[in-house]
Amino acid sequence: MPKKVVSIVVFPGSNCDRDLDIAVQKYMNVNTELVWHDDPNIKNQEMIFIPGGFSFGDYLRSGALATKSPAMKEVIRLSKKGVPIIGICNGFQILTECKLLDGALIDNYKRIFICKENFVKIENKNTPFTKNMHKNIVQFPIAHAQGRFYTSEDNLKRLEDNNQIVFKYSSRDGKINKSENPNGSMNNIAGIINKNKNILGLMPHPERAVNFSEDNDGISFFRGLQNLL
Amino acid sequence: MIKINKRIVSEHGISEDEFKLIKEILQREPNLLELGIFSVMWSEHCSYKSTKKWLKTLPTSGEKVICGPGENAGIIDIGDNEAIVFKMESHNHPSFIEPYQGAATGVGGIMRDVFTMGARPIANLNSLRFGSPKHPKTKQLLSGVVKGIGDYGNCVGIPTVGGECNFHESYNNNILVNAMCIGLVKKNKIFYSIAKGSGNPIIYVGAKTGRDGIHGATMASAEFDDHSQDSRPQVQVGDPFMEKLLLESCQELMKEDAIIAIQDMGAAGLTSSSFEMASKGSCGVKLFLDKVPCREDKMTPYEMMLSETQERMLMVIKPSKIKSTLRVFKKWGLEAAEIGVITKTGNMEIFFNNSLVGNLPIKPLADSSPEYDRPSEKPFIKFKKENHKNFSIKSALIKIISSPNHSSKKWIYHQYDRSVMCDTYFSSEQSDSAVIRVHNSTKAIAVTCDCNPIYCNSDPKLGAEIGVAESWRNLIASGAEPIAITDNLNFGNPEKKEIMYQIKEAIKGIKTACEALNYPVVSGNVSLYNETKNKSIFPTPVIGGVGVIKNISQSKGLRMNDGDKIFIVGNSHGHLELSEFNRICNKNYGSPPPLDLKEEIKNGTFVRNFMKKHNSIVTGCHDISEGGIIVALAELAIRNEKGLNIKIPLNVKNSKNWLFGEDQSRYLLIVNNEDIIKKVAKKENIKLQEIATVGGDKFCIIKKFEISVKKLIKYNNIWFENFIEK
Repeated sequence: MPKKVVSIVVFPGSNCDRDLDIAVQKYMNVNTELVWHDDPNIKNQEMIFIPGGFSFGDYLRSGALATKSPAMKEVIRLSKKGVPIIGICNGFQILTECKLLDGALIDNYKRIFICKENFVKIENKNTPFTKNMHKNIVQFPIAHAQGRFYTSEDNLKRLEDNNQIVFKYSSRDGKINKSENPNGSMNNIAGIINKNKNILGLMPHPERAVNFSEDNDGISFFRGLQNLL
Repeated sequence: MIKINKRIVSEHGISEDEFKLIKEILQREPNLLELGIFSVMWSEHCSYKSTKKWLKTLPTSGEKVICGPGENAGIIDIGDNEAIVFKMESHNHPSFIEPYQGAATGVGGIMRDVFTMGARPIANLNSLRFGSPKHPKTKQLLSGVVKGIGDYGNCVGIPTVGGECNFHESYNNNILVNAMCIGLVKKNKIFYSIAKGSGNPIIYVGAKTGRDGIHGATMASAEFDDHSQDSRPQVQVGDPFMEKLLLESCQELMKEDAIIAIQDMGAAGLTSSSFEMASKGSCGVKLFLDKVPCREDKMTPYEMMLSETQERMLMVIKPSKIKSTLRVFKKWGLEAAEIGVITKTGNMEIFFNNSLVGNLPIKPLADSSPEYDRPSEKPFIKFKKENHKNFSIKSALIKIISSPNHSSKKWIYHQYDRSVMCDTYFSSEQSDSAVIRVHNSTKAIAVTCDCNPIYCNSDPKLGAEIGVAESWRNLIASGAEPIAITDNLNFGNPEKKEIMYQIKEAIKGIKTACEALNYPVVSGNVSLYNETKNKSIFPTPVIGGVGVIKNISQSKGLRMNDGDKIFIVGNSHGHLELSEFNRICNKNYGSPPPLDLKEEIKNGTFVRNFMKKHNSIVTGCHDISEGGIIVALAELAIRNEKGLNIKIPLNVKNSKNWLFGEDQSRYLLIVNNEDIIKKVAKKENIKLQEIATVGGDKFCIIKKFEISVKKLIKYNNIWFENFIEK
């Protein structure tokens, strides 16, 4: 049987597309199609990834200009049909800018870029994206200047009530508190899903946690996604 | 037309003798445009006129050297049809005036030098020197520079994996920002800047030309004074997004057989790129400046030729490929224009509004720039008389690891994306040199930046030798075979005898060490006039070393496990002069530790072979440098959050000298089997001393003192946190 094909949307300024492409092909056992931002058609609709980077230089606001791309308009249309969509880092920012996910990613608390290894607790394992991950706490690098999740108190409550919060920054042993919060995100939020559970956005980079050792947690993340296809 | 007079000539930084030479070359007076072109081409920054004579003496070739100095960057062969392209370049002057943009454009410039040659950048490093933390400008400069470096590299998506950052009052008014980039290229896909083929079109691509950075190269070739801040308009503005587009579009175009020659428009912009390309290819050039994409209205030919607007490239294209070339740039949303043509005349003919506005012979201008043998004289170094202080071993250790230069640089490196591209095996806080995997292989590249200006100030030759040896050692400690270096020579005003002495001596030192270690110089940069109001920086010849690791599993970094034993490889004599220890005691005089390059090779070869042959026995390796044995051990404890039981050998008479001495050519080897290493060292006649056992949660020197590793970590973190947050 030929391998299935998933789509990765690439914008001018995306810079995690290659890393994501490699991780997806290797650990999801699929082929990929890189969709250039000005392409209004997305042929392969099994799953769509929006990679990290600085789409359009992140000018205006992170992710803001990318929302106007023809490919993104198609992503928005397909999202309504239940196509699984995953946005990582800048991809998450783009998804919030298109209102496919709640909230906003604003300047880090200390207003500087931060890149480090971080522990992330899987808050909700009952999502299509996380149900096959065997660990509860994983280690993913973060690398962003605008990763502080922010929303209104009402929205936050709704996200919590609907179990839409998927990842939270934590300590090695799963403690969630201020000292483990790298960027000042509300309630340590690192990743969320939409209400229909077909769109995931997260700031940490699972695609950067697949190298040099078979124990790296990114591998189980991507392997787990195979079941969605 | 403006008449050229003495004042205009001197404002262009051209001496009377040089002006005479210009008139001889042209057989007439230059016009203003031509004078401006001469001034940038003959500036110290572009012509190396004060150092050329000495730089020529450096070893630049070797079995693995594909391309030495003279091109955009140096290239070494790493086997399997792959090569590494690398270079270091300074952006000192602009970074002092506008730290964020100055540092950012420094990073952008060096990356362009690398990807111009067809390589994809795979790592950035930087070597930073700031003034005293007490100086009122230091904090703002540090924050601006770090943010500038981070924002640029992060956006382009190239990991910033290492470097060094030090503070010293000699940099109070002249900070140093040296940026290094390494790139990976297929050996048969290297691009050069040699223009060829009369009639071939010249394509301009990238950012539109503006009035920024006019005479930047000239600024970098003069001392600062009270009015230096007035130079702000000469600092360029960086656009990393544009750089990313340029990078990707060039990579795409390079897959096609379209480019004959390519060069980035760096210092002295359109002038130097067009002249250098034509000069290397011994051809002529016609430029039609009306066609240059401009950002601002009514730009004059003078401004267009001298602008240093960033993120621009010039290329000579095969005529049959113009359409496909323009199509690639259009896809990436880049402005591209055909602005000229290659000719046979050997002249640069500059047209504007259909008239010839400048006409210069290329060869004499580019090649016959002045070369000076400036007078030099050994300076007399006066030491400030200060009251000496005394410290116990414990308090000295704490003082050093919590000092600005030795405290954790987390605040800096957390602002650099180190993990993008997924090939960073170790960034430089995890290993003596950063280790980058060669994508899709088990090979890796090790990279490090090193310099000890304190040593260089006292003895520039020995100091520079030590810089080269330390970079070599750092590569060895990371499991690499050292291959070649790039250097960035930062000094004061070469027109002063004592500065010229430092320059000549430092180059001699680099030559001596590089020849002995078979470690050629393949690229480099010189930054002079780093002085303000007659006060020069310490001589700072920064060495960027590159090595190859055949199998990445040979690279161990600073790791250690409970139960491991730590051994010192090499002789410890207890040299304290100019050491960190003596400096905290206010003893700032003396000589650097002696360096025996034969011993360096012997010890280094032993360590490298041992790590290779007994890979499973070695847990980690660390070189012993500033701060001596004790600081190297403390760094291991802090890095691994593990305790050490340290036993000073019985025959050591003066434990302070022994622990803090900065003797060269030494390593700490961390192993899980002591018998084998003892046996091998004995057989090879290598000095080996057992020093510590790994375990527990205390840093303990038996019979001296102990301190918890947690506390050590706290001391190591505290300075930066306080300095920045305050």
